[in-house]
Amino acid sequence: MKPNFEGALEQLTRVRGVRGAVVVDAQDGIALAGALRDGEDGDALAALAGAVMMRLVRGSDAAGLGPARLVYLRGDDGLLCAAPFGGTLLIAVLADRSANLGLVRLALLDAVGGLAA
Amino acid sequence: MRTIEPWVTEPLERFLQESQARLVLLTTSSGQVVAQHGFSRSLDVMAASSLGAGIMASTGAIADLMGSSGFGTIVHEGTRQSLILAAIDTPRGRWLGLVVFGRETTVGLVQLFWNVLARELLARMPATVNAPPKRAETFERDLDASLRSLFGR
Repeated sequence: MKPNFEGALEQLTRVRGVRGAVVVDAQDGIALAGALRDGEDGDALAALAGAVMMRLVRGSDAAGLGPARLVYLRGDDGLLCAAPFGGTLLIAVLADRSANLGLVRLALLDAVGGLAA
Repeated sequence: MRTIEPWVTEPLERFLQESQARLVLLTTSSGQVVAQHGFSRSLDVMAASSLGAGIMASTGAIADLMGSSGFGTIVHEGTRQSLILAAIDTPRGRWLGLVVFGRETTVGLVQLFWNVLARELLARMPATVNAPPKRAETFERDLDASLRSLFGR
């Protein structure tokens, strides 16, 4: 059965301040599905989030922390949250700096939980 | 890295650093090598340049058959190393890039930074060049001349 990527992404983009979300194959850094505001570059988000996530997953595993469940980066102009699921896939969310991190985190974990189930 | 045109060096070095690609070959569509990184023998550059130009030409012919305007990028994913062949349409004609990368990076990242490189090359490219127009018939001669410049043979 085809996973409902679009449904999961749509739920994420309903969170206030979220500018877009993509499902990424982290091994390739390629977007499988995306829901983004006009002007946001889904391919760039997928490539960069995939690269960061793969390194962090390897790093946290090597440090004995176990596999990373969620990663977030806060920049001057926004927030990037990513969570892996289903082996090499991940969801990356791009949000405004003013977005509520707790709500973004909750929605993201909900989305990957639903897709992994 | 070795370049025929010095203005290419800086953006190409940045591309290599950001994409973590292993080998890069930048040529004109007539076979003149503009820059290369990672090749140690002129013979390898000659083979890669000819094969890359051939692949782009044959996929262009397939695109014609399909009624498409052409393929800008071709990706070959291998188990240990992968390859991207990409074209940049410049005011001086079509340039071809051949990028080889391993598992330390991803096809998405290499494509992302290739697009950045293409924009930078177009922005920096000198408006005029005092060289005769290149033709397919002179491919081998142009390739040989640029290899002599790059490898000093």
